[in-house]
Amino acid sequence: MGQIAAEDFQIIDNCLLIQLPEEIDHHGAGFICECADRYLVRKEVRDVVFDFGRTRFMDSSGIGIIMGRYRKISCFGGKVYAIHVDRQIERIFRLSGLNKIVEVLES
Amino acid sequence: MKNEMEIIFDALSDNEGFARVAVAAFITHLNPTVEEMADIKTAVSEAVTNSIIHGYGNLRGYGRPGEKGEECDEANPGKVRLRCVLDKNILHIEVIDQGKGIEDVEKAMEPLYTTRPELERSGMGFAFMEAFMDDLEVESAPGQGTKVRMIKKIGVGGWIEHQC
Repeated sequence: MGQIAAEDFQIIDNCLLIQLPEEIDHHGAGFICECADRYLVRKEVRDVVFDFGRTRFMDSSGIGIIMGRYRKISCFGGKVYAIHVDRQIERIFRLSGLNKIVEVLES
Repeated sequence: MKNEMEIIFDALSDNEGFARVAVAAFITHLNPTVEEMADIKTAVSEAVTNSIIHGYGNLRGYGRPGEKGEECDEANPGKVRLRCVLDKNILHIEVIDQGKGIEDVEKAMEPLYTTRPELERSGMGFAFMEAFMDDLEVESAPGQGTKVRMIKKIGVGGWIEHQC
């Protein structure tokens, strides 16, 4: 499994790229939110990209992570993107209505 | 053929992964599809997480380990009971806690409703259980704990996919 680490957060231009872990549940979600928010406050970040390339499992906590970040950046015109989204995660996006606020980019 | 298992574990978020993997292992021999497996794991994860953070109010392990750790280390000593019965290809799951219970079950089951918005969870827990399983029943009363019952038929995913 493994916790998320500092190198999983990268800033490219004004975009924060977050490599999500293999399993996203409530147990690890708080730490991801905290780390992400530290970047959002300190750095000039407009957009956030969530990379699901490693992710094999996600529950509703993942929705919370994305919705929370969206709320923080959308008032400054920021957008939320998702990449490497598999079928199961896409289903969760659709079911939760998250597909309306997250743009899934084909990679 | 009937097959039954029951595990009882401490209401700590560290055990969320353990619980869903245990259920996944229990049903592997039925050759569920990838989707069915993911659905069941997600539903178990939602129910167990609810028991831990809402039932017992245990937030240990949430957030950065060590930082808010001191106060969060005082976890309520509750237990979560996870019971699975496999009746042929029908899986019955029960997640039972002796926590504080739910005042208004109907309200709690509304999508996006949450009693703890500060945790930045989505309020989609019950909605996910409902969507990913074939049947969901929630029994709860304040001070009486909560019992979540879910049912899912395994081995129909392939057929449905074929039809669509």
